[in-house]
Amino acid sequence: MAETDVSHLVTGNRLRDGVPVYRTVDGGWSPAIDDARLVSAEASETLLAESQDGPPPLPVVAPYLIEARRVKGKVRPLTLRESIRAFGPTI
Amino acid sequence: MYQYDTYDQRFIGERVAQYQDQVRRRLAGQLSEDEFRPLRLMNGLYLQLHAYMLRIAIPYGTLSSRQLRRLAYIARRWDRGFGHFTTRTNIQFHWIKLEETPDILASLAEVEMHSIQTSGNSFRNTTADPFAGVAVDEIEDPRPYCEIIRQWATLHPEFSFLPRKFKIALSGAPNDRAAIKIHDIGLYLRRNAEGEVGFEVLVGGGLGRTPILAQTIRPFIAKRDILSYLEAILRIYNQYGRRDNLFKARIKILVQSLGIDRMREEVEVEWAAMDHAALALPEEAIAEMARFFPAPDPTPAPADDEAFRAVLEAECGFARWVEQNVAPHKVPGHAIVTVSLKEPGVTPGDCTAEQMELVADLADRYGFGEIRLTHEQNLVLPQIRRIDLPVVWRSLKEARLATANVALASAIIACPGLDYCGLATARSIPVAQRLAIALAPREREIGDLQIKISGCINACGHHHVGHIGLLGVDKNGEEFYQITLGGSADENAALGTIVGPAVKSDEVVNSVDKIVDVYLKLRQEGEQLPETYRRVGNKPFKDVLYAAH
Repeated sequence: MAETDVSHLVTGNRLRDGVPVYRTVDGGWSPAIDDARLVSAEASETLLAESQDGPPPLPVVAPYLIEARRVKGKVRPLTLRESIRAFGPTI
Repeated sequence: MYQYDTYDQRFIGERVAQYQDQVRRRLAGQLSEDEFRPLRLMNGLYLQLHAYMLRIAIPYGTLSSRQLRRLAYIARRWDRGFGHFTTRTNIQFHWIKLEETPDILASLAEVEMHSIQTSGNSFRNTTADPFAGVAVDEIEDPRPYCEIIRQWATLHPEFSFLPRKFKIALSGAPNDRAAIKIHDIGLYLRRNAEGEVGFEVLVGGGLGRTPILAQTIRPFIAKRDILSYLEAILRIYNQYGRRDNLFKARIKILVQSLGIDRMREEVEVEWAAMDHAALALPEEAIAEMARFFPAPDPTPAPADDEAFRAVLEAECGFARWVEQNVAPHKVPGHAIVTVSLKEPGVTPGDCTAEQMELVADLADRYGFGEIRLTHEQNLVLPQIRRIDLPVVWRSLKEARLATANVALASAIIACPGLDYCGLATARSIPVAQRLAIALAPREREIGDLQIKISGCINACGHHHVGHIGLLGVDKNGEEFYQITLGGSADENAALGTIVGPAVKSDEVVNSVDKIVDVYLKLRQEGEQLPETYRRVGNKPFKDVLYAAH
């Protein structure tokens, strides 16, 4: 994928403390969005299904897909809501 | 204030133990999120953008100093050192960990507090006039009735599956400081022609996507019958309220569709068929509850003294604060102090642990240990001797809690908005901060001006009843703000009307500035913005606001 392409990643809130986390390349979860695994639209549903799989309790509540871009090596969500989740309140 | 009896304390203790076990089972994987979610919501725990959010009820906005100190302790130990006071006179902590919530609830229970029914389709926190018991214009103190209603409404078995949430507010004074008309049920204590005190009952108010003001369903009902009459209303709502459509489920939609006359008929028929005796409030029961809310010592105190006069003369900040933030008390020589949580540039309604502790200390030292909350997201010290005002002011000022802006332009109501809330579509707080900073220099010239901001259509920031209301909306990923004018939340409550197309976030300050300019130019003696707006109409505001468009 080119750096400017819209990619997809999986996020959710960590069960024990509610912190936003991102599905990583190694199948774990990281609070840093730059650690997120980015995939194409075609591969996104598979990534989501993998994220929802596992013995209970899942470490993350209700994982879901969002759109993002990698800009100069940094992952940037496309929506303000997800930017605020990733980087904190703007105040 | 009300104190738990052994039954209350045992119930809360059992509830905490039950919740501890629910959290344990969730973290162990024995409960799915679908199973756990309603359980945590019953205890006021939401999952929001950055963490869990715990909403704690502060019944009718009344706190003891001990309780406020405990909230400070919770803020420091389990949150990030601050809490957010809401328009429902609750407090929200926005950085909570699920695994720590059982300890928080246990800590709250120690000071007779909980978070039950701060979420879900239940009776929410009953709110009241923050000046209850000390207001000069009061017919009777509404707090005993607030507590009676709170006890009636808590885990009421017949109403545990209401179509939607349900909010009740009470005022014992004709001057409405509790936004009575935007509630599902609003109650004014009234005196009838025979001199008897009872309630005017209003029903069907609410904001959100369908803002409607409550209408009088019964001009007067005796105090002994208030619970049975409330129960009759709830029965009609429970029976006919729409459960098929979330957006039409509130009682306001039922009242709107039936019409107030038909609603009244239904309620009266239901009420007539009920066993009134079972829910009657005998005088003795009211008196017993009223003992928890003793009237202030009626002994007058000096209106001022030499030290007071010296500070008043020397410190213009003190004089302004007395003028703006201090209200008359029913006992001469005493005063009601509103503690502003609206310093321009801060988050409206936020309060640090240190600030909470300071207010608790001042309440203990000068104010009988009592604190109130307002739906305008400020705190109140309801019983301060006037001669103590200089020292109270100095302490508040050091803690940045003495901004003399109550009811002025910079005292903006704002919900948490998109910076915290999972429902929001736009930010409220940064807009409030920018507006407050911009308007503060001329707010004394402007006079009373209520600006209210909501970050989504759910209207937690009460934008519909702001003199100037701002509703944040998302348009193709960009924040826009719809402006309404002419609303008010007092006894002459009105819903604002949309002035024109929504404006971009970076145009909000300039737009509000223009609206204020038009208002100052056109207002007549004694008019507030809603009155000017109703007199001159939308056009002068719209013409200026969209002149370049």
